[in-house]
Amino acid sequence: MIGAELLRVEGLTKHYGARIGCADVSFDLREGEVLAIVGESGSGKSTLLNCLSAQLEPSAGTITYLRGDGAALDVYGMSEPARRMLQRTDWAFVYQDARDGLRMSVSAGGNIGERMMAVGNRHYGAIRAEASGWLERVEIGTDRIDDRPSAFSGGMRQRLQIARALATKPRLVFMDEPTGGLDVSVQARLLDMIRALVGQYNLAVILVTHDLAVARLLSHRMMVMTKGHVVEQGLTDQVLDDPQHAYTQQLVSSILQT
Amino acid sequence: MTNSISEGQRQANRERALGVARSGYNFAYLDENTKRMIRRAILKAIAIPGYQVPFGSREMPMPYGWGTGGVQVTAACLTPDDTLKVIDQGADDTTNAVSIRQFFEKTAAVATTTHTHEASIIQTRHRIPEEALSEGQILVYQVPIPEPLRFLEPRETETRKMHALEEYGLMHVKLYEDISHHGRIATTYAYPVKVEGRYVMDPSPIPKFDNPKLGGNAALQLFGAGREQRIYAIPPHTQVVSLDFDDYPFDPGHWEQSCALCGASESYLDEVITDDKGSRMFVCSDTDFCTSRTAAQEDAGKSDRASNGEGAA
Repeated sequence: MIGAELLRVEGLTKHYGARIGCADVSFDLREGEVLAIVGESGSGKSTLLNCLSAQLEPSAGTITYLRGDGAALDVYGMSEPARRMLQRTDWAFVYQDARDGLRMSVSAGGNIGERMMAVGNRHYGAIRAEASGWLERVEIGTDRIDDRPSAFSGGMRQRLQIARALATKPRLVFMDEPTGGLDVSVQARLLDMIRALVGQYNLAVILVTHDLAVARLLSHRMMVMTKGHVVEQGLTDQVLDDPQHAYTQQLVSSILQT
Repeated sequence: MTNSISEGQRQANRERALGVARSGYNFAYLDENTKRMIRRAILKAIAIPGYQVPFGSREMPMPYGWGTGGVQVTAACLTPDDTLKVIDQGADDTTNAVSIRQFFEKTAAVATTTHTHEASIIQTRHRIPEEALSEGQILVYQVPIPEPLRFLEPRETETRKMHALEEYGLMHVKLYEDISHHGRIATTYAYPVKVEGRYVMDPSPIPKFDNPKLGGNAALQLFGAGREQRIYAIPPHTQVVSLDFDDYPFDPGHWEQSCALCGASESYLDEVITDDKGSRMFVCSDTDFCTSRTAAQEDAGKSDRASNGEGAA
């Protein structure tokens, strides 16, 4: 399941003036691997995710993406058109607030179809069939294909956002607190679905969350961040069951034990 | 066009233009530096077909939305030897057309006409003349909103980037939405086009019926948006393609009826309500096209009668 190397991050640093966003982060990611970045709010998780997904230029460090054809691309060294192309084909981003990732005034079908049309698909019937297939996969009734996301519940919007992100079969998905702001039963269903899709399409995922339960359920590996630094990384079970760093120990012991 | 006039006529035109100068207006209202600035924008627009060139739009003595962009482009193109035609929705005799024609009669003293083939510059609002244009003619459009992506992406910084990087997927999302809601592409005017395989362009609110005339046209087509401060162009004989889907191809539309006055079946028709009981008729929106057809039919009728009379006598 876990395949070839996909992303190589070396010495990634982002300063906001004198303050540190994230400092000296290095890791590798392989195909089909789910990496969770956990830490309290303000620890630099989102800064790191934005740097990784080419939305925020880092102050130092390199990110190398290894494309399916074997080409090694320097994410911040390539031209802007190539980078934006990468962002809408091989990569996808799932936001915490579905409003950021969806076009609220465009129907569900149009939302899913946008990425297909952006890469040159010009057959209405084919786009619509694909959109309705994706709605089924994320458990939204296909009769809702022409409804706007503004008519959807929070959980449905989040599932629609995932369908939209996965429609062009990306290899790498960035997720920023995908279950944040949803009630517990909806969260559970969404996590189940994400886990199934990740397995089915062999997606590599970089997942930012403050919820250790989400990390435990979805991720193979995790990185613990505090004050912009990665203090511990390793296999998820290992980190959660046998935390080494003082901050991780504090984090793990702060969850209610049943 | 302008080459065919005699030296005497040319001299007379110069003198009329000087008369305008003595009355206090510069020729064609705008000062020479402003016209030079606009001409630079026009040249750049011609060099990059479909690209929106920013220009320093001036206050004109008419409100925005009445063709301030078109008037500035026309003013920058006019010479004393030009013949000007102004149409509004195809008609020469509606308020907008009459007032702009009078504006240039007063400020440039140029010859004006209602005949499409006599004009060297045609300023238009929302139509392309039915009669095929020829080389040397300039068609100037009045444009309210030059940005085809405006209602899909409100950020100007973002739309500029989308044009620069040729990211036009969003334009098809609009057409997709049309089909999913109406069963067909329901955009009937300002129908987006791709110019010379590169820039997606708003052809101004002309009916989609006129879209096929944009491409391969022998005339130079200039688009001026006064409030939005943009000029763009389609040079003569440029490829212009209306956007569509493979399984929902572009359809310019057609009428069941023919024109009630001239009988034309291939022209763009206006529906005119004729009384309070709901009676209606369909007539050509291009008044010059319609009247010249009716005149030709009357002439033919006369000569028919004349030849019939000769035969009888």
